[in-house]
Parts: sequence; structure tokens; C-alpha cells
Amino acid sequence: MSSWAGTQHMRLRKGISYFFLSATALCALIVVGVLFFILGYLVWNGGSSVNLNFFTKLPTPVGETGGGMANAIVGTMKLLLLASLIGIPLGVVGGIYMAEFSGKLSAFILQYTADLLNGVPSIVIGIFAYSVIVLRMKHFSAYAGGFALGIMMVPVTLRSTEQFLRDVPLSLREASMALGASRWKTIVSVVVPAAYRGILTAILLSLARVAGETAPLLFTAFNNRFWSHGFNEPIASLPVVVYTYAISPYDDWHRQAWAAGLVLLGMVLLTNIIARGILSRGIQAPR
Amino acid sequence: MNAALGTARKPAPAAAGATKTDPLAGLKPRLEVKNLNFYYGTKHALHDISLTIPTNKVTALIGPSGCGKSTLLRTLNRMHETVKSSRLEGQILLDGEDILDQDVTRLRRRVGMVFQRPNPFPKSIFDNVAYGLRVNGYKGSISEAVEKSLRRAALWDEVKDSLHKSAYAISGGQQQRLCIARALAVDPEVLLLDEPCSALDPISTAKIEELLFGLKDYCTLAIVTHNMQQAARSSDLTAFMLEGHMVEFQSTEQLFTTPSDPRTEAYITGRFG
Amino acid sequence: MSTATTAEMGAGPKPVSRSFSARLLQGDQIAHAITFVFAATIMLITIMLVVVLWDKSVLPRAKFGLDFLVTRVWDPVAGQFGALPFVYGTLVTTAVSLIIGVPLGLGAAVFLAELAPPKISDSLTFVIELLAAVPSVIYGLLGIFVVVPFVRHPLAGWLEHTLGFLPLFKGPCYGVSFLAAGMVLAIMIVPFIVSVSREVLLAVPTDQREAALALGSTHWESTWKVVVPFALPGVLGSVFLAMARALGETMAVTMVVGNVTEIHSSLLAPGYSIAAVIANEFTEATGDLYLQALVELGLVLFLVTFLLNGLARLLILFTAQRGGTT
Repeated sequence: MSSWAGTQHMRLRKGISYFFLSATALCALIVVGVLFFILGYLVWNGGSSVNLNFFTKLPTPVGETGGGMANAIVGTMKLLLLASLIGIPLGVVGGIYMAEFSGKLSAFILQYTADLLNGVPSIVIGIFAYSVIVLRMKHFSAYAGGFALGIMMVPVTLRSTEQFLRDVPLSLREASMALGASRWKTIVSVVVPAAYRGILTAILLSLARVAGETAPLLFTAFNNRFWSHGFNEPIASLPVVVYTYAISPYDDWHRQAWAAGLVLLGMVLLTNIIARGILSRGIQAPR
Repeated sequence: MNAALGTARKPAPAAAGATKTDPLAGLKPRLEVKNLNFYYGTKHALHDISLTIPTNKVTALIGPSGCGKSTLLRTLNRMHETVKSSRLEGQILLDGEDILDQDVTRLRRRVGMVFQRPNPFPKSIFDNVAYGLRVNGYKGSISEAVEKSLRRAALWDEVKDSLHKSAYAISGGQQQRLCIARALAVDPEVLLLDEPCSALDPISTAKIEELLFGLKDYCTLAIVTHNMQQAARSSDLTAFMLEGHMVEFQSTEQLFTTPSDPRTEAYITGRFG
Repeated sequence: MSTATTAEMGAGPKPVSRSFSARLLQGDQIAHAITFVFAATIMLITIMLVVVLWDKSVLPRAKFGLDFLVTRVWDPVAGQFGALPFVYGTLVTTAVSLIIGVPLGLGAAVFLAELAPPKISDSLTFVIELLAAVPSVIYGLLGIFVVVPFVRHPLAGWLEHTLGFLPLFKGPCYGVSFLAAGMVLAIMIVPFIVSVSREVLLAVPTDQREAALALGSTHWESTWKVVVPFALPGVLGSVFLAMARALGETMAVTMVVGNVTEIHSSLLAPGYSIAAVIANEFTEATGDLYLQALVELGLVLFLVTFLLNGLARLLILFTAQRGGTT
């Protein structure tokens, strides 16, 4: 055994192993810790400002207390509504096409396109929405913001719908068609219901994602310190308000930014957790 | 030996109490398993196994699927410890020392393993064989040791000009010989082989059986196989296992011609398994 | 189906059954057509996106050509548009985020794939994936009020003290800096690296690790020298994905980088990034050339992230195949 390194070497190797494995545990701890730090910090700084006023009042001029962000909350809701009108139909129906009707080549092209769209930075989507809508209408509007967010919803809902539809077993479809149902009837009454959990999850997750987007709204929906009537005016939204207040020089606005951030994060995380809960319950359901 | 190849021919009846030579007569033990009981969680997988694997011989473990032969093999280099729920009672001695008391990393250099499917690392042929040398701090010439191992695994001539090619560029049979070379490079005292030819074609299988024959001089071999003919051809001693029990352990010739247990006889004549 | 038999039989209510199945078929065709239209609309939107980016950046492309990317001067008043400060800032902040984020993310992924018991691994992964859902403006918020002050004091002082001989850490620091942006970006990209890397590591065949252990490796040696190299293409893919994310990130960067159109070698200095300048100047852009120059920046972002994402997916696919063949 003289041609092999001795016990010292072995001890060194074991020491190195222990050290690096512990380091990886530390990395995991740090990463997980960050999430709790973010949550904790938001609660600490914004918790006290999240009161009834916050949800019901409009912003007040600088220096005056008692203001709130009712318009931003409603604004986000309106934008999400518009976004859903574009994102859900395009995504779900498109996904049905991909899973049920398309050939291999067109499915591949659509997948590729969806992935491409998914990777586009949100600010570039904003530029697109600006060119298509704001330039035409010559003013900022909820329509433009909803359009931008809607486009961003499409890739996730599309790919997920396709995925979950494909997962529905062939035997289910064949059973339906053997009873005389047409293709589309099978899809509508058998396949889609079988996949609804996954599709619902995908919709919720993509809604949560676009709800937090700021960049594409900066020059589409813009901002509004008052109520926005209808959809044809610039409109406030939670993320944009967080941004605007955070970079302002006023302490009171900073405080409100924390509150708004807390509400926004709460909404987003809650939606995510619920969505995943729906999905995991679905997987355990018997076939 | 031919008795094992023909399933139609019934082996000579085993008379109870007939004179039988001690399979271990005159042989030095290398690995000794004493009263081994093994559990996967609550499942009692191995029952009171005792076995002696002698030096410089090939010992085969045979039996139907699920009899525990691979499980037993994996305890010999403590690979069972990668599964958290496994539990072991009893002793396993390597040269008289209980391996369960030793440092596992050092043990595994002395007891090597070749797996069922060829599993070369995503490195070059050279680096695959050199891996064990480098990791264990080999002080001699690495390229010489690599060549020596590849020669012993009967692979040198085929790859000597392409040592820096990826290990995935060679055929399945060659990859398995590479894995044997890799295991041999660290100069193990015992080499464990878990159905090494089951994923290979007959020609590769024959090549590997041939080289195993020559390896006996350098180390002790224990091979698990579900191919009875292979056990009959290649091994000096054979152990037959059934449902986690050691049924019979004999010199290969004895086991295949005059098995003492009716279950052994049933298995080797192909009545089950 | 029933159509054939009734036709063959030649008896019974032929016209009714034929129109019934004809209607069935029509229904399917209509469904096919409608769903196709929806799918095609997605294609249309994407193509329009590219066309708009290309078309609405025609002026600066014609005027500056490729020099746009390497010219230092960005002077809207004089009509001079050079994107180098933004390209520089984007590259630097992304590089810093990778240097911090990749080891952190890979380390966490190794822990989750190799060391942690399955239940703990799953719940920690769930938490880490939630981090990916945190809106970027929230990261920006914490960036302004936590990271920037921390960088200003004590981090900058400490870095200058220990590593000040390097040009990277010289000069005064007001907190907003390439470093602050890089740090915030690092936390933002870690979930992507962890998520993908953990999956590719879990997919490495067990007998790779076992073969390494059987040769007398320590746990770390088998992980670092065999399992990680096996999964390396996939890990690399996750890095490219992370890079694409960092390059296009707008809010978190613009809130902490300083938004100063200058190039400095020191990480402690303030700077700018492509996405940040678009966000800040788009609504203030006067004149077509100015606006189109910003659109051209968007085009650059688009092309780069497109390439990176494409590469990333190829690599991840390659690792998945490799796990299957061996």
C-alpha cells in the first residue's frame, strides 16, 4: 500500500467533504432565509400602514395623512380583467389546438414561439404595446396596459394547457368517441374537464405573475392619482405605485410603498400557494 | 460441468449423508459473512446468511429473481448504506476484520464493484480509469497504472490510440470492460460483479467471462448471475440462494452435479426461476 | 363508424343518419378552424412584435448602424445616441449577479438534490420557487431601503479596505452602484438556477454516484467529480436562463443602479442598464430619433435574450437525453 497516499490524505479528503457539504447546506439556508427576510421586512415596515384607509381612500397630496391606494388596487384588478380577456382565451384555446388538432410541426413551431414570447423582457412587451395601442390612441390607457399584460399571460397558459391536455389518457378519449361523441364534444365534455385543475393552476400562476409586473405598464397604463373611469384613461396599479412612491423623496410615501408592497406580495404569494395546492390535490385524485 | 448446460438431463440423485468434500478445503478465506440479517425498513430481506468467499477464486451467487443475491453482494462493500432505511445485523469480515467497524471510504478501495449496466463517467476513457487513482492519491505513474488496468480488462489494444475519446464513444461491451478496468485500477483485494453481462450481447459476454478467468490471479471475485451456465462455466464455488436464505454453498462442480438440497436441484434443472 | 354501415345496408333512415354524421364532422371542422385561428393569433402577435421592434427603430439603425452599440455618447439634445454605457452596465450587473448567484444557487441545488431528505428537499424547493414569484418591484423596494444603504456603509468601506488595490473597488460610493444592482439581481436569479439544477441533478442515474463511491470516493468527491459533471449541460442551461432574466430585468435594476449614463471601472460607482434607460426615458423622449433609439435598445435586448433562451433550452434537452442513454 505504499503507492497510495496515507491517513493524512484521507483525513484531508474527509475534511474537505464535510466542509463543502456543509457549505451547500448554508447556501440553501441563505436562499430560503431571503424569502423570509423579504416577508418579514415588508410586514415590519408596511404592516402598520395597511389599514382600512389604505383599501378605501384615494391618495392625498404630499404631507397629508389618511390617504390610501384604493385606485391602485382597483386599477390592478381592472388590468388583470383585461389581461385575462386576452390571455386566457388565446392560451387555453390555443393549447387545445396544440394538443388536439395540430400536427407535429405546427405544435413544435407554436411551442417554440411560446417559449420565445416567454423569454422577452417585459419592458420590450411594453414597447410593443405602446406602438400598437398608445401611439394609435394618442394617450395612455388601461387598454394598452391590459394588452401588454395579456400578451405576457399567453405563453404560460398555452404551454400548460397543452401539457395537461396531453396528459389526459387516450383511453378516456377513446371511450367517449366509442359512444358516438364527436371530436370536439369529446374535448369539451371529457378532455378539458379532466385537465381543468392544471389549466386553472396555470391561469392563476400567470395572473399572479402579471399582477406584479411594473415595466410594461410604465408607458402603457401609466399612472393616475385619481379614479380611472372606464378603460380608456391612464390607470394606477399597485406595482407602479410601489415604484413611484419608493423612488420619491417623501418619508410618508415610502411608508405607503411598503404597505402597497406588502399587499402586492401577499396577493401574489397567496395565489401561488393556492394554485399549487389545487394542482397537488389534483395529482392525488384517482384516475 | 456439462450437466448444468442440459436441462433435460437429470443430475445424479443426492443421497442424504453422502460424502461431500468441504468446498473450502485448503482455501484461504478472504471475505467471511457470519449470521447476516438484513432489513429494508420492516422487510426482512436476508435471513441468517453465512458464507465464506475464498482468496483468488471466483465465487458465484445464483438464485431466482428476488432471492437476495444482489442485496447480499452490496453489503460486502457497504453499498447498502446509500439506502437510508437499510439495517444490518451480523458480521462481515475482510481478512479477519469486521468491515462494519472500518472507514467505509477506505473499505471501498479494497472491495471494488462492477455494476449491471455499464456506467462510465462522462469523462474520457483515460480519465475514467484514472479516476480511482487520482481520488485515492496514487503516488505512482498514473498512465502506467491506467495501461495495466486496461490490459487486464482486455481492452487496451482496442482503445490505446483513443484514450482521450469520450467513454460514451465505445460500444456497450467495451464500456463494461472499461468499468472493470476502472475498478481494477485501484488494486482491490476483492472485486464484486453484479450481473455484469446481463445487459450485453453474447460475444461481449464471452470476452468478459474470459478475462474474469485471468483476474483470479490478482484478486478475489464474487459474481452474481442469473445465468446458470455462466456460473457453471466461470466459477470455482457457487452459492444458491432462495428468498433471502442461503440454501447451499458448494464447489461449482459438486453443486451442479450432486446438489444436496432438493430446492437446488429443482432450480438448476429449470423447474422454477 | 355508423355512417358506413347504414350506407351499406341501404335501408333505414339514410338521409337523417348521413346529415347527423355530416353535422358531427362539420362540428369537428369548425372546432379545428376556431382553435387554429386562436393559435395563429399567437404566431401573429409574436411576428408583429418583431416587426414593430425592427420597423420602429429604423432611424437610428440607418444613422448609426452597428456603431450604436459601441459609441459612448448618449446625448439626446445633440441627436447623438451611443448605447455603450447601457450595454456596459447591463453586462457588468449581469456578470456580478452570476458571480454571486451561480455558486449560491448551485450549492443550494446540490444540497437539495444530494443531501436533504426528500420531504425537506421538496418543501425547501417549494419555498425557493416562491422566491421566483416575487415581483421585481418588491426586490427593488428592498434594494433601495436595505441593499443600497448596506453597500454604502459598511460594505463599500470594507471592500475598499481589503480589495481596494483592484480598480474594481475604488472610488467613492453612494450606495447606488453596479454592485448593488448585481447583488439584487443575484437573489432574483437564484431560484431559476436552483430549480433547474436540482432537477437535472436528481435525474443523474444513481449508478453514476454508486460507481464513484464504489471506487472509494468521499461523498463530496462523488458529487463534485461525477454527478455535477454529468449534469453540467443542464446546469449550464440554467445559467443561461438566469442570464437572460438578469439582462432583461428592469425595475430592480433601475431602483438601485443610480441611473447615471457613465462608464466606470469600479463596481462601487453608479451606472445604467439597457432596460433601465428605456424605463426612465421612454415617456420623456422627444422626437422620433430619440424614441426610436430607445426602441432599438429594446430590439437589442430582444435578440440577446432570444439567443440565450434558445441555447439554454438546447442544453437542458441535451442533459435529459444523456440521462436516458447511459
